[in-house]
Amino acid sequence: MEILNEISRYLQHGDCEKVGSLTRQAVEKVPPRDILDNGLIAGMNVIGEKYKAHEIFLPDVLLAAKAMYAGMDVLRPLFLKEEMPTAGKVVIGTVRGDLHDIGKNLVGIMLRGAGFEVIDLGNDVPPEKFVETAQSENATVIGMSALLTTTMLVMKDVIEIVKEQGLSDRIRTIIGGAPVSAEFAHEIGADSYGYDSAHAVEQIRVLIREVNGRHGDREKR
Amino acid sequence: MREIVKISSDATEPDREDVLRMQGIPMDKKPSENTVHLFEKSMELYRTYAQPMGIVSEISIPAFEVVYTGEALNEESTPLDEIFRKADNLALFAVTIGEPVIEEIDELFKSNEYALGSMLDATASAGTEKAADVLEKHFFDFLEKKAETNSATTILRYSPGYCGWHVSAQKQLFRYLHPEDIGITLLDSFLMRPLKSISGVFVAGKREIHVFGDSYPFCRHCETHSCRERIRIIMDKSRPHSRHGGV
Repeated sequence: MEILNEISRYLQHGDCEKVGSLTRQAVEKVPPRDILDNGLIAGMNVIGEKYKAHEIFLPDVLLAAKAMYAGMDVLRPLFLKEEMPTAGKVVIGTVRGDLHDIGKNLVGIMLRGAGFEVIDLGNDVPPEKFVETAQSENATVIGMSALLTTTMLVMKDVIEIVKEQGLSDRIRTIIGGAPVSAEFAHEIGADSYGYDSAHAVEQIRVLIREVNGRHGDREKR
Repeated sequence: MREIVKISSDATEPDREDVLRMQGIPMDKKPSENTVHLFEKSMELYRTYAQPMGIVSEISIPAFEVVYTGEALNEESTPLDEIFRKADNLALFAVTIGEPVIEEIDELFKSNEYALGSMLDATASAGTEKAADVLEKHFFDFLEKKAETNSATTILRYSPGYCGWHVSAQKQLFRYLHPEDIGITLLDSFLMRPLKSISGVFVAGKREIHVFGDSYPFCRHCETHSCRERIRIIMDKSRPHSRHGGV
């Protein structure tokens, strides 16, 4: 449908106003779920692919994400009666002792843009809080960020709590940040490692698929 | 000598290519119009909010040994361990561009202006590096006035948390330098506040003392190997007082 293509195209250009107004027009004739899937998320998928292929770069992705939210703001009230479609629920935060949150924020923005529900605990987050929130919110993934070699060790504490509480089969962990690596993730028992925000989104998608598969659930998207 | 240096924010304005590189945009790629617009806007904000300040204090080799050793958590062998004893002069330093920029970045993210917030973050990081460059030049000029430099004198800076020098050495560095006097504080995790701050040691000496290999065990985990470029620059003898970049 042309209007959905238009929404996708303007989203890719990061034009919030156009995406907002076209989404308002579209709700008159198209089911919100179709606008979400075939307009907004379709546009973000193109952005994701171009970003991976180094055809566009971070600023363009972030502008597109903001445009995506402009469309989501229109759709959200329409989903109140039914459950808001989500690709999965993720708890994110920068670990205790660390105040760097730009990288974590970028992951949150990308995740929301990809249709995930994100609970952002902010920075300087104690290990217990990650796990308590993931449990109380029924989240599938805990994403941890650190920018210091001293604070990255806190990630291990979170993973140990998940294991001690026997939650490993339904809560997965992923880490990211300048000093961490796939090797470090393996060493501390994290389920995954995201080397940048786009890669983190891909990895989280895989983790959620694994958990849903294990529990026999069907993914909503 | 121990000196607090108020740095002009004009002198710390970062180069566009440095900021865009921090945004993941390679130099050979043309940035989009939107990106160029964001960069220009972030520079305006930087000019409004940056408050660069620095502090520098000379330190003897034996006194620096204590700072370097820190909490005894350094790697067994590090480039700096080899270098500082060969220095002609050493000085501890810290610079910051202040808290208002950080607050503005937070505000931008809170108001969903992610692209501008992220661009200002990169601009602020590059600006902090520039502020350290200015302070480094200030130290060089000080040595020059004392006639303690010659044509081979080169200053490079090294920071705790890089190249095997454990970040916990910040504790001793703060004990000696007192960057609190310019508003920089150290958290228990050895993180500095304001976040856009750099601390470390200026090592002045013959350019050859700064040359080292990148085969230390910790080099395997280094993603940038930016030391190679620094060494290449300082060994380019056509350049006067060369420095650039810290580890």
